[in-house]
Amino acid sequence: MEARDVPQESNVTLGGHRKAVYARDASHHLALVPSRGWEPEEIVTRQAVEAFERLAAAARERVRNGLSSPLEYHMYRARMDLVLLAQASGLWRWRVRRHLRPAPFARLSPALRARYADVLGIEVAQLDEVR
Amino acid sequence: MKCAETSPMEIPFQHRQASHCESGVMSAIVRHYGLPLSEPMAFGLSSALSFAFLPFIKLSGLPLFAYRMPPGAIIRGLQKPLGFTMRTETFRDPAKGMARLDALLAADRVVGLQTSVFWLPYMPADLRFHFNAHNVLAYGRDPANGDYLLSDPVFEAPMRCAVADLEKARFARGTLAPKGLIYYPATPPHAPDWRQAILAAIKKTTRIMLSPIPFVGVRGIARVARAIERLPAATDPQTARLYVGHLVRMQEEIGTGGGGFRYMYAAFLEEAAEAATCAALAELAEALVEIGDLWREFALTCARMIRDRDPFAPAQLAALLRAQAQREQRFFTGLARAAKSCHQSPARK
Repeated sequence: MEARDVPQESNVTLGGHRKAVYARDASHHLALVPSRGWEPEEIVTRQAVEAFERLAAAARERVRNGLSSPLEYHMYRARMDLVLLAQASGLWRWRVRRHLRPAPFARLSPALRARYADVLGIEVAQLDEVR
Repeated sequence: MKCAETSPMEIPFQHRQASHCESGVMSAIVRHYGLPLSEPMAFGLSSALSFAFLPFIKLSGLPLFAYRMPPGAIIRGLQKPLGFTMRTETFRDPAKGMARLDALLAADRVVGLQTSVFWLPYMPADLRFHFNAHNVLAYGRDPANGDYLLSDPVFEAPMRCAVADLEKARFARGTLAPKGLIYYPATPPHAPDWRQAILAAIKKTTRIMLSPIPFVGVRGIARVARAIERLPAATDPQTARLYVGHLVRMQEEIGTGGGGFRYMYAAFLEEAAEAATCAALAELAEALVEIGDLWREFALTCARMIRDRDPFAPAQLAALLRAQAQREQRFFTGLARAAKSCHQSPARK
């Protein structure tokens, strides 16, 4: 890739930052060239973000219909899945799965609620909110 | 830029942008401790280029694809060629891990850290996934508010991070959990016999890329081709597209230098041709740039299919991958031959 061909396509996922890629400069040497991003890279990053957004939206519907606990919604909002939430909270997977149901979630101890809030990076009070 | 650029510090540390976090951090550490070293040289000398497809390791339900060696390979791999020792420490107790980092910074050391991208507040929101093996360098603290001054090699300017955020980032759990890993040189790095170190590192890379293990190197690429052909394109189009998108992310997202690290390795070969007085390596650098361009074309084709600008055709993607596997097979065979013949011919002065 030549330096002048390094894409500057304002990839939104870079949040205004520039990344560096190696390309041939004027003297035909490979050197770092700053890049505002490339559309294919934006497409695949957004695809991964949107996959979690879709999961969170579906979970929100289930919470509103009384089928899931808000924990499921917050898990996907934090871009986690069951495996990762169990690892991050240090709980057995079957326990976390249980807490994704409304009734066991409603009975959670303050200590467990604090633990979930901490690994999800939200306040304890926010755990019950779904918006 | 949202994150304020940090003012010059009492430690004269030089931030320099790099294309990949681990090679960026390690080349910065080696430079800071007295040995000039470029990022591509750090990457090549530690034999960090690779390809691996590990379908049995899942990240959010998708298999692990890697265009490079596993995290930590560059930190460990530079020790032998540069004749120095990296000290690494992990911690069970976050408070102890933070205190140890503070003690090292107070002693004016520059310290490498393993972190989770998700908890670094300066990361753009779309890039904040639970990837636990992001490397940054700490070079001081702001006396006013205690913020850590970080040199994150994939960004243009130095960054800063509040204490609570850095603690979360260093002690995130899950796959590749950092466990508060910090690393710094125990002894200063030394200039090696460049010729010998470079040729040995190249030999190691060619052996990995041409490895008989089916999940590694060019055989790994061919195996991904097969996996893509078997995707449920008709029955579960969304999952099939996510799978392909995941592969492209590992190749092109920030931290790869583009073309799945192939451009960075080409830059290494270009530098190595001179440092090892082995002219054949410069020609091979040219060939690898072309292979990198074709990886980019592959990414473009995938992205168009993901967005349905072109019909989603797994067979076409598999054919492109097989062609790449063949090209890389030829390339690394040629590289092994060139390194061997340079090794056998006496160094020209």
